[in-house]
Amino acid sequence: MAIEVRIPTILRTYTDGAKSVTGSGATLAELIDDLEANHPGIKDRLIDGEDLRRFVNVYVNDEDVRFTGGLGTSLGDGDQVVVLPAVAGG
Amino acid sequence: MRFDNLLDSVGGTPLVGLPRLSPSPDVRVWAKLEDRNPTGSIKDRAALKMVEQAEKDGLLRPGCTILEPTSGNTGISLAMAAKLKGYRIVCVMPENTSVERKQLLGMWGAEIVSSPAAGGSNEAVRVAKRLAEEHPDWVMLYQYGNPANALAHYEGTAPEIHADLPSITHFVAGLGTTGTLMGVSRYFREHKPDVRIVAAEPRYGELVYGLRNLDEGFVPELYDASLIDSRFSVGPRDAVRRVRELLELEGLFAGISTGAILHAALGQAAKAVKAGERADIAFVVCDGGWKYLSTGAYEGTVDEAEDRLEGQLWA
Repeated sequence: MAIEVRIPTILRTYTDGAKSVTGSGATLAELIDDLEANHPGIKDRLIDGEDLRRFVNVYVNDEDVRFTGGLGTSLGDGDQVVVLPAVAGG
Repeated sequence: MRFDNLLDSVGGTPLVGLPRLSPSPDVRVWAKLEDRNPTGSIKDRAALKMVEQAEKDGLLRPGCTILEPTSGNTGISLAMAAKLKGYRIVCVMPENTSVERKQLLGMWGAEIVSSPAAGGSNEAVRVAKRLAEEHPDWVMLYQYGNPANALAHYEGTAPEIHADLPSITHFVAGLGTTGTLMGVSRYFREHKPDVRIVAAEPRYGELVYGLRNLDEGFVPELYDASLIDSRFSVGPRDAVRRVRELLELEGLFAGISTGAILHAALGQAAKAVKAGERADIAFVVCDGGWKYLSTGAYEGTVDEAEDRLEGQLWA
């Protein structure tokens, strides 16, 4: 099961500069564990305790996971995951 | 409709049906035309309310200087109100915003301090906070944390939509300061709690997310996630595609951020059709397209427009 994960500039130190990497997992939590196995250190930048870090937004097929079950959000083959820092609008 | 002066005419905007973009007679999409406000954007509501509240609280007195971090529209609205009320205004604006926004700010008499493109509005907020420390006599209304911003929508935008569309099922708006969504949601949570509140957040190019570290991220103080039911990230490609459809099919010329909001609204419409449910989806037209002509969003192919918007703060 291949899931494309887009990595923001600020976290590419963990992916050897790659803008996008591939991972697997039936949930977002599993995907992040899988990313950690291949890109050690990245999990701690995404997760604080049991939850996503305050200034980290994760979208599955463009939808914010905080409204779809958080780390328990289920994933399927071909899903696209985007990680972005929270920034101001307005 | 008659008003004693321009400020009195803020709000009371039309809600128009979009029969060609609506998927069926049971699933309808409605546009709240906020471009019909005095300076042409939804921000007139928040700006006027913040100024009035600051006057009431005694913070703003004749001769005061207003300071505000803004990517454009709030600054333009504040500059108009400041001109009519006799305040000086200084706006901190990221340098990667459209040239029209700077021109309009200047026309209404605002002084502009540019903040670096990298980091987008985060940098504008940072620079404004520093200026506020250096000039303690200046009044920063601070749209990201000022409850009057959300209140303008609680008292205005939401009841207007409710009166025009009592059968509303979804409200969709852009997520910037979060003021529109917070105010409208609070109103509907009280008066019609089954209305689903949907946020469309612009997804910019990498430059805007180029923070020095993750802890420099920013969530507006006004934001309360419990007032939102779903939140979508919409990139420039979908925004441009939708804003062009709006013009092509419904004759409505809107700004690029409205394309992003329409994209989320049509997503909800498709979901309702699939589920066999009726829906009346109201979404916000934040402003007209005039201020974004120079970005190239309305010319050539969608690919070309997407390339041109890279690195720009288009919402």
